[in-house]
Amino acid sequence: MLRNFCSHHRQFARVIWPFSLRQGQHVSSSPTHLQKANYGSGITERKKFYENVSISQGEGGLFEINLDKRKLKTPGGTLFTVPNEALATAVATEWDAQKDTLKFYTMHFTTLCNTALDNPTERTKDQMIRAALKFLDTDTICYRVDEPPGLVELQKNEWDPVLNWIEQRYNVVIGSSSSIMGPKIPEETKETFHQHLNSYNFWSLTGLEYVITQLKSVVLSLGLIDKHLSVEEAVLLSRLEEEYQIQHWGNVEWAHDYDLYELRARTAAGALFAHLSSESTAVKKKLLRD
Amino acid sequence: MAAVTSPLRACRGILREIRLMKGSGYRHTIVYKYVLDQFRRNQVTGAQYCRERMDALHTACTYQCLLTSTREHLQLHEVYHARGERDTAQMAGLVGLRLPTQPGGKGWET
Repeated sequence: MLRNFCSHHRQFARVIWPFSLRQGQHVSSSPTHLQKANYGSGITERKKFYENVSISQGEGGLFEINLDKRKLKTPGGTLFTVPNEALATAVATEWDAQKDTLKFYTMHFTTLCNTALDNPTERTKDQMIRAALKFLDTDTICYRVDEPPGLVELQKNEWDPVLNWIEQRYNVVIGSSSSIMGPKIPEETKETFHQHLNSYNFWSLTGLEYVITQLKSVVLSLGLIDKHLSVEEAVLLSRLEEEYQIQHWGNVEWAHDYDLYELRARTAAGALFAHLSSESTAVKKKLLRD
Repeated sequence: MAAVTSPLRACRGILREIRLMKGSGYRHTIVYKYVLDQFRRNQVTGAQYCRERMDALHTACTYQCLLTSTREHLQLHEVYHARGERDTAQMAGLVGLRLPTQPGGKGWET
Protein backbone atom coordinates (compact mmCIF):
# COMPACT_ATOMS: atom_id res chain seq x y z
CA MET A 1 0.00 0.00 0.00
CA LEU A 2 2.92 2.29 0.66
CA ARG A 3 4.06 2.05 -2.94
CA ASN A 4 0.67 3.32 -4.07
CA PHE A 5 1.33 6.62 -2.36
CA CYS A 6 4.46 7.30 -4.39
CA SER A 7 2.82 6.45 -7.68
CA HIS A 8 -0.17 8.61 -6.69
CA HIS A 9 2.07 11.64 -6.51
CA ARG A 10 3.89 10.84 -9.72
CA GLN A 11 0.67 10.22 -11.61
CA PHE A 12 -0.83 13.60 -10.92
CA ALA A 13 2.36 15.58 -10.73
CA ARG A 14 2.42 17.34 -14.09
CA VAL A 15 -1.24 17.45 -15.08
CA ILE A 16 -1.67 21.19 -14.82
CA TRP A 17 1.61 22.41 -16.30
CA PRO A 18 0.06 23.46 -19.67
CA PHE A 19 -2.27 25.95 -18.02
CA SER A 20 0.46 27.85 -16.27
CA LEU A 21 2.92 28.28 -19.11
CA ARG A 22 1.01 30.94 -20.97
CA GLN A 23 1.73 33.69 -18.43
CA GLY A 24 3.21 36.64 -20.23
CA GLN A 25 4.05 39.06 -17.48
CA HIS A 26 6.43 38.24 -14.70
CA VAL A 27 6.16 40.24 -11.53
CA SER A 28 9.62 40.40 -10.07
CA SER A 29 9.79 40.28 -6.33
CA SER A 30 13.54 40.50 -5.80
CA PRO A 31 15.26 43.74 -4.78
CA THR A 32 16.83 45.56 -7.67
CA HIS A 33 19.92 46.87 -5.93
CA LEU A 34 22.67 44.85 -4.34
CA GLN A 35 22.84 44.80 -0.58
CA LYS A 36 26.30 44.99 0.81
CA ALA A 37 27.96 42.63 3.29
CA ASN A 38 25.98 39.90 4.89
CA TYR A 39 23.05 38.31 3.19
CA GLY A 40 21.48 37.21 6.41
CA SER A 41 19.71 40.55 6.73
CA GLY A 42 16.29 39.11 5.97
CA ILE A 43 15.96 39.36 2.20
CA THR A 44 15.41 36.08 0.47
CA GLU A 45 16.86 36.89 -2.95
CA ARG A 46 19.85 38.71 -4.39
CA LYS A 47 21.24 39.03 -7.86
CA LYS A 48 23.94 36.59 -8.81
CA PHE A 49 27.22 38.47 -8.70
CA TYR A 50 29.71 35.83 -9.73
CA GLU A 51 30.44 33.56 -12.66
CA ASN A 52 32.56 30.70 -11.45
CA VAL A 53 32.61 28.74 -8.25
CA SER A 54 35.65 26.79 -7.15
CA ILE A 55 36.99 25.15 -4.03
CA SER A 56 40.46 25.41 -2.61
CA GLN A 57 42.25 23.90 0.31
CA GLY A 58 43.49 26.36 2.87
CA GLU A 59 45.39 26.09 6.11
CA GLY A 60 44.80 23.22 8.46
CA GLY A 61 43.43 21.12 5.63
CA LEU A 62 40.14 23.00 5.66
CA PHE A 63 38.41 23.70 2.37
CA GLU A 64 37.16 27.11 1.26
CA ILE A 65 34.70 28.18 -1.42
CA ASN A 66 35.68 30.84 -3.95
CA LEU A 67 33.10 32.86 -5.87
CA ASP A 68 35.09 34.25 -8.81
CA LYS A 69 38.08 35.64 -6.95
CA ARG A 70 36.44 36.25 -3.61
CA LYS A 71 36.28 33.85 -0.69
CA LEU A 72 32.92 32.99 0.72
CA LYS A 73 32.16 34.19 4.22
CA THR A 74 29.46 33.23 6.68
CA PRO A 75 26.75 35.75 7.65
CA GLY A 76 28.67 36.27 10.88
CA GLY A 77 31.69 37.44 8.94
CA THR A 78 34.03 34.51 9.50
CA LEU A 79 35.69 32.66 6.68
CA PHE A 80 33.59 29.80 5.37
CA THR A 81 35.60 26.62 5.94
CA VAL A 82 34.53 22.99 5.78
CA PRO A 83 36.48 19.98 7.02
CA ASN A 84 36.37 17.81 3.93
CA GLU A 85 36.19 17.92 0.17
CA ALA A 86 32.80 16.25 -0.16
CA LEU A 87 31.08 18.96 1.86
CA ALA A 88 32.94 21.67 -0.04
CA THR A 89 31.83 20.15 -3.35
CA ALA A 90 28.22 20.01 -2.19
CA VAL A 91 28.23 23.66 -1.07
CA ALA A 92 29.98 24.77 -4.27
CA THR A 93 27.35 22.94 -6.32
CA GLU A 94 24.57 24.79 -4.51
CA TRP A 95 26.16 28.13 -5.33
CA ASP A 96 26.85 27.01 -8.86
CA ALA A 97 23.24 25.95 -9.38
CA GLN A 98 21.88 29.46 -8.87
CA LYS A 99 20.79 31.31 -12.00
CA ASP A 100 20.32 35.09 -12.17
CA THR A 101 19.12 35.42 -8.59
CA LEU A 102 20.39 33.68 -5.50
CA LYS A 103 17.64 31.74 -3.84
CA PHE A 104 18.82 31.12 -0.32
CA TYR A 105 15.89 28.94 0.59
CA THR A 106 17.17 26.26 -1.78
CA MET A 107 20.70 26.28 -0.41
CA HIS A 108 20.32 23.90 2.47
CA PHE A 109 23.93 22.81 2.80
CA THR A 110 25.14 26.39 2.97
CA THR A 111 22.60 27.17 5.68
CA LEU A 112 23.65 24.16 7.73
CA CYS A 113 27.34 24.98 7.40
CA ASN A 114 26.70 28.58 8.41
CA THR A 115 24.80 27.43 11.49
CA ALA A 116 27.58 25.04 12.45
CA LEU A 117 30.31 27.61 11.87
CA ASP A 118 28.70 30.67 13.43
CA ASN A 119 26.66 28.98 16.14
CA PRO A 120 24.66 32.17 16.57
CA THR A 121 22.68 30.93 19.55
CA GLU A 122 25.80 29.68 21.34
CA ARG A 123 24.60 26.14 21.85
CA THR A 124 26.66 23.39 23.37
CA LYS A 125 26.53 19.74 22.36
CA ASP A 126 24.67 18.87 25.52
CA GLN A 127 21.94 21.42 24.84
CA MET A 128 21.50 20.11 21.33
CA ILE A 129 21.24 16.51 22.46
CA ARG A 130 18.67 17.39 25.09
CA ALA A 131 16.63 19.37 22.57
CA ALA A 132 16.79 16.45 20.14
CA LEU A 133 15.74 13.91 22.75
CA LYS A 134 12.75 16.03 23.71
CA PHE A 135 11.25 14.90 20.44
CA LEU A 136 11.32 11.34 21.70
CA ASP A 137 8.48 12.00 24.11
CA THR A 138 6.24 13.02 21.26
CA ASP A 139 7.74 10.90 18.54
CA THR A 140 5.55 10.58 15.46
CA ILE A 141 6.01 6.82 15.28
CA CYS A 142 4.80 6.30 18.81
CA TYR A 143 1.56 8.19 18.45
CA ARG A 144 -1.18 5.95 17.12
CA VAL A 145 -4.76 6.69 16.32
CA ASP A 146 -7.78 4.60 17.18
CA GLU A 147 -9.73 5.21 14.04
CA PRO A 148 -10.23 5.14 10.98
CA PRO A 149 -9.31 1.45 10.82
CA GLY A 150 -7.47 1.86 7.52
CA LEU A 151 -5.08 4.30 9.13
CA VAL A 152 -4.67 2.14 12.24
CA GLU A 153 -3.75 -0.79 10.02
CA LEU A 154 -1.36 1.33 8.01
CA GLN A 155 0.37 2.67 11.08
CA LYS A 156 0.75 -0.83 12.46
CA ASN A 157 2.19 -2.23 9.25
CA GLU A 158 4.53 0.58 8.44
CA TRP A 159 5.66 1.94 11.78
CA ASP A 160 5.98 -1.23 13.84
CA PRO A 161 8.89 -2.68 11.80
CA VAL A 162 10.87 0.52 12.30
CA LEU A 163 10.15 0.48 16.03
CA ASN A 164 11.26 -3.14 16.25
CA TRP A 165 14.40 -2.36 14.33
CA ILE A 166 15.41 0.49 16.60
CA GLU A 167 14.58 -1.41 19.76
CA GLN A 168 16.79 -4.22 18.59
CA ARG A 169 19.62 -2.08 17.32
CA TYR A 170 19.96 0.06 20.41
CA ASN A 171 18.68 -2.44 22.93
CA VAL A 172 16.05 -0.07 24.27
CA VAL A 173 12.37 -0.09 25.02
CA ILE A 174 10.09 2.39 23.29
CA GLY A 175 6.43 1.61 23.23
CA SER A 176 3.70 3.01 21.08
CA SER A 177 0.50 4.36 22.51
CA SER A 178 -2.81 5.75 21.33
CA SER A 179 -3.52 7.86 24.38
CA ILE A 180 -3.17 11.61 24.29
CA MET A 181 -0.31 11.53 26.77
CA GLY A 182 1.87 9.49 24.49
CA PRO A 183 4.21 6.65 25.37
CA LYS A 184 6.14 6.55 28.61
CA ILE A 185 9.82 6.41 27.66
CA PRO A 186 11.98 4.82 30.37
CA GLU A 187 15.04 6.69 31.63
CA GLU A 188 17.51 4.03 30.45
CA THR A 189 16.30 4.51 26.88
CA LYS A 190 17.00 8.21 27.07
CA GLU A 191 20.39 7.52 28.63
CA THR A 192 21.33 5.14 25.83
CA PHE A 193 20.34 7.63 23.17
CA HIS A 194 22.11 10.42 25.01
CA GLN A 195 25.33 8.44 25.00
CA HIS A 196 24.89 7.49 21.37
CA LEU A 197 24.29 11.05 20.26
CA ASN A 198 27.25 12.21 22.30
CA SER A 199 29.52 10.17 20.09
CA TYR A 200 28.79 12.45 17.11
CA ASN A 201 30.83 15.59 16.63
CA PHE A 202 29.27 19.05 16.70
CA TRP A 203 28.78 19.32 12.96
CA SER A 204 27.10 15.96 12.59
CA LEU A 205 24.90 16.80 15.54
CA THR A 206 23.80 20.00 13.81
CA GLY A 207 22.73 17.97 10.80
CA LEU A 208 21.09 15.29 12.90
CA GLU A 209 19.12 17.75 14.98
CA TYR A 210 17.96 19.42 11.79
CA VAL A 211 16.66 16.11 10.47
CA ILE A 212 14.88 15.36 13.74
CA THR A 213 13.19 18.77 13.65
CA GLN A 214 12.05 18.22 10.07
CA LEU A 215 10.77 14.67 10.49
CA LYS A 216 9.43 15.28 14.01
CA SER A 217 10.71 11.88 15.02
CA VAL A 218 13.89 10.64 16.66
CA VAL A 219 13.25 7.06 15.60
CA LEU A 220 12.93 7.89 11.91
CA SER A 221 15.96 10.17 11.97
CA LEU A 222 18.14 7.51 13.56
CA GLY A 223 16.83 5.05 10.99
CA LEU A 224 17.88 7.43 8.25
CA ILE A 225 21.28 8.21 9.75
CA ASP A 226 22.01 4.54 10.29
CA LYS A 227 21.17 3.97 6.63
CA HIS A 228 18.33 1.64 7.46
CA LEU A 229 15.82 3.85 5.62
CA SER A 230 16.17 5.93 2.50
CA VAL A 231 15.15 9.60 2.51
CA GLU A 232 11.97 8.97 0.53
CA GLU A 233 10.94 6.21 2.93
CA ALA A 234 11.66 8.26 6.03
CA VAL A 235 9.68 11.22 4.69
CA LEU A 236 6.81 8.97 3.69
CA LEU A 237 6.66 7.38 7.13
CA SER A 238 6.79 10.79 8.75
CA ARG A 239 3.87 12.00 6.65
CA LEU A 240 1.92 8.76 6.84
CA GLU A 241 -1.36 10.21 8.00
CA GLU A 242 -1.17 13.00 5.47
CA GLU A 243 -0.54 10.52 2.66
CA TYR A 244 -3.47 8.48 3.83
CA GLN A 245 -5.73 11.52 3.66
CA ILE A 246 -4.34 12.48 0.26
CA GLN A 247 -5.20 9.08 -1.10
CA HIS A 248 -8.68 9.46 0.27
CA TRP A 249 -9.40 13.08 -0.58
CA GLY A 250 -7.04 13.88 -3.42
CA ASN A 251 -3.77 15.67 -3.88
CA VAL A 252 -3.33 19.43 -4.04
CA GLU A 253 -0.14 20.09 -5.91
CA TRP A 254 0.60 23.57 -4.67
CA ALA A 255 0.37 22.49 -1.05
CA HIS A 256 1.00 18.78 -0.72
CA ASP A 257 3.65 18.32 -3.35
CA TYR A 258 5.29 21.60 -2.38
CA ASP A 259 5.57 20.48 1.24
CA LEU A 260 6.68 17.01 0.24
CA TYR A 261 9.54 18.19 -1.93
CA GLU A 262 10.62 20.78 0.58
CA LEU A 263 10.65 18.19 3.37
CA ARG A 264 12.59 15.75 1.22
CA ALA A 265 15.14 18.38 0.25
CA ARG A 266 15.71 19.50 3.82
CA THR A 267 15.86 15.97 5.21
CA ALA A 268 18.25 14.82 2.51
CA ALA A 269 20.47 17.84 3.11
CA GLY A 270 20.52 17.28 6.88
CA ALA A 271 21.22 13.56 6.57
CA LEU A 272 23.97 14.06 4.01
CA PHE A 273 25.47 16.83 6.12
CA ALA A 274 25.57 14.52 9.15
CA HIS A 275 27.12 11.69 7.10
CA LEU A 276 29.76 13.79 5.44
CA SER A 277 30.77 15.46 8.68
CA SER A 278 31.33 12.24 10.53
CA GLU A 279 33.04 9.92 8.13
CA SER A 280 36.60 9.60 7.07
CA THR A 281 37.78 7.48 4.22
CA ALA A 282 40.94 5.50 3.91
CA VAL A 283 41.84 3.41 0.94
CA LYS A 284 44.08 0.44 1.37
CA LYS A 285 45.36 -1.14 -1.73
CA LYS A 286 45.92 -4.84 -1.75
CA LEU A 287 49.20 -5.92 -3.13
CA LEU A 288 49.15 -8.86 -5.41
CA ARG A 289 51.62 -11.44 -4.35
CA ASP A 290 53.07 -13.70 -6.95
CA MET B 1 14.96 -1.44 2.85
CA ALA B 2 18.40 -0.03 2.32
CA ALA B 3 18.94 0.29 -1.40
CA VAL B 4 16.21 0.12 -3.97
CA THR B 5 18.42 1.23 -6.82
CA SER B 6 21.57 -0.17 -8.29
CA PRO B 7 24.76 1.89 -8.34
CA LEU B 8 24.36 2.47 -12.06
CA ARG B 9 20.91 3.98 -11.67
CA ALA B 10 22.03 6.14 -8.78
CA CYS B 11 25.01 7.42 -10.76
CA ARG B 12 22.87 8.10 -13.84
CA GLY B 13 20.30 9.86 -11.69
CA ILE B 14 22.86 12.20 -10.14
CA LEU B 15 24.44 13.00 -13.49
CA ARG B 16 21.03 13.70 -14.97
CA GLU B 17 20.26 16.12 -12.17
CA ILE B 18 23.58 17.89 -12.69
CA ARG B 19 22.85 18.19 -16.39
CA LEU B 20 19.39 19.62 -15.68
CA MET B 21 20.94 22.05 -13.25
CA LYS B 22 23.79 23.33 -15.36
CA GLY B 23 22.81 22.88 -18.98
CA SER B 24 25.50 22.33 -21.53
CA GLY B 25 28.63 22.88 -19.48
CA TYR B 26 27.83 20.20 -16.94
CA ARG B 27 30.88 18.12 -17.63
CA HIS B 28 33.20 20.82 -16.43
CA THR B 29 31.67 21.31 -13.02
CA ILE B 30 33.45 20.27 -9.86
CA VAL B 31 30.62 18.05 -8.75
CA TYR B 32 30.58 16.02 -11.98
CA LYS B 33 34.22 15.10 -11.64
CA TYR B 34 33.83 14.43 -7.94
CA VAL B 35 30.83 12.14 -8.36
CA LEU B 36 32.44 10.09 -11.12
CA ASP B 37 35.61 9.87 -9.12
CA GLN B 38 33.75 8.59 -6.06
CA PHE B 39 31.84 6.01 -8.04
CA ARG B 40 35.02 4.74 -9.64
CA ARG B 41 36.79 4.54 -6.30
CA ASN B 42 34.01 2.62 -4.64
CA GLN B 43 33.64 0.12 -7.42
CA VAL B 44 35.71 -2.59 -5.89
CA THR B 45 36.07 -3.01 -2.19
CA GLY B 46 37.26 -5.96 -0.24
CA ALA B 47 34.68 -7.21 2.20
CA GLN B 48 35.29 -4.87 5.14
CA TYR B 49 32.43 -4.87 7.59
CA CYS B 50 33.30 -1.70 9.43
CA ARG B 51 30.63 0.13 7.45
CA GLU B 52 26.97 -0.40 6.83
CA ARG B 53 26.18 -2.40 3.76
CA MET B 54 25.73 -0.33 0.63
CA ASP B 55 26.96 2.67 2.57
CA ALA B 56 28.23 4.68 -0.37
CA LEU B 57 25.16 3.76 -2.37
CA HIS B 58 22.91 5.15 0.35
CA THR B 59 24.88 8.40 0.33
CA ALA B 60 24.58 8.57 -3.47
CA CYS B 61 20.82 7.98 -3.35
CA THR B 62 20.47 10.63 -0.65
CA TYR B 63 22.33 13.13 -2.80
CA GLN B 64 20.20 12.32 -5.80
CA CYS B 65 17.07 12.77 -3.71
CA LEU B 66 18.39 16.13 -2.56
CA LEU B 67 19.06 17.38 -6.09
CA THR B 68 15.72 16.15 -7.42
CA SER B 69 13.66 17.54 -4.57
CA THR B 70 15.32 20.97 -4.61
CA ARG B 71 14.69 21.23 -8.32
CA GLU B 72 11.04 20.14 -8.03
CA HIS B 73 10.45 22.36 -5.04
CA LEU B 74 11.88 25.34 -6.89
CA GLN B 75 9.72 24.63 -9.93
CA LEU B 76 6.58 24.46 -7.82
CA HIS B 77 7.60 27.61 -6.01
CA GLU B 78 8.12 29.45 -9.28
CA VAL B 79 4.75 28.41 -10.62
CA TYR B 80 2.57 28.94 -7.59
CA HIS B 81 4.22 31.13 -5.01
CA ALA B 82 6.59 33.55 -6.72
CA ARG B 83 4.38 35.76 -8.79
CA GLY B 84 2.62 38.09 -6.37
CA GLU B 85 -0.99 39.00 -7.03
CA ARG B 86 -2.71 37.40 -9.96
CA ASP B 87 -6.09 38.30 -11.31
CA THR B 88 -9.00 35.89 -11.05
CA ALA B 89 -8.81 34.60 -14.60
CA GLN B 90 -5.15 33.65 -14.19
CA MET B 91 -5.78 32.00 -10.83
CA ALA B 92 -8.56 29.91 -12.28
CA GLY B 93 -6.37 28.95 -15.23
CA LEU B 94 -3.70 27.76 -12.84
CA VAL B 95 -5.88 24.96 -11.52
CA GLY B 96 -7.57 24.20 -14.79
CA LEU B 97 -10.83 26.07 -14.52
CA ARG B 98 -12.33 28.98 -16.40
CA LEU B 99 -14.40 31.85 -15.15
CA PRO B 100 -18.07 31.73 -16.05
CA THR B 101 -18.73 34.11 -18.91
CA GLN B 102 -22.23 34.94 -17.80
CA PRO B 103 -24.13 34.98 -14.55
CA GLY B 104 -25.25 31.48 -13.73
CA GLY B 105 -22.65 29.93 -16.05
CA LYS B 106 -20.61 27.01 -14.79
CA GLY B 107 -16.83 27.12 -14.46
CA TRP B 108 -16.01 24.60 -17.16
CA GLU B 109 -18.37 25.75 -19.92
CA THR B 110 -17.17 27.98 -22.72
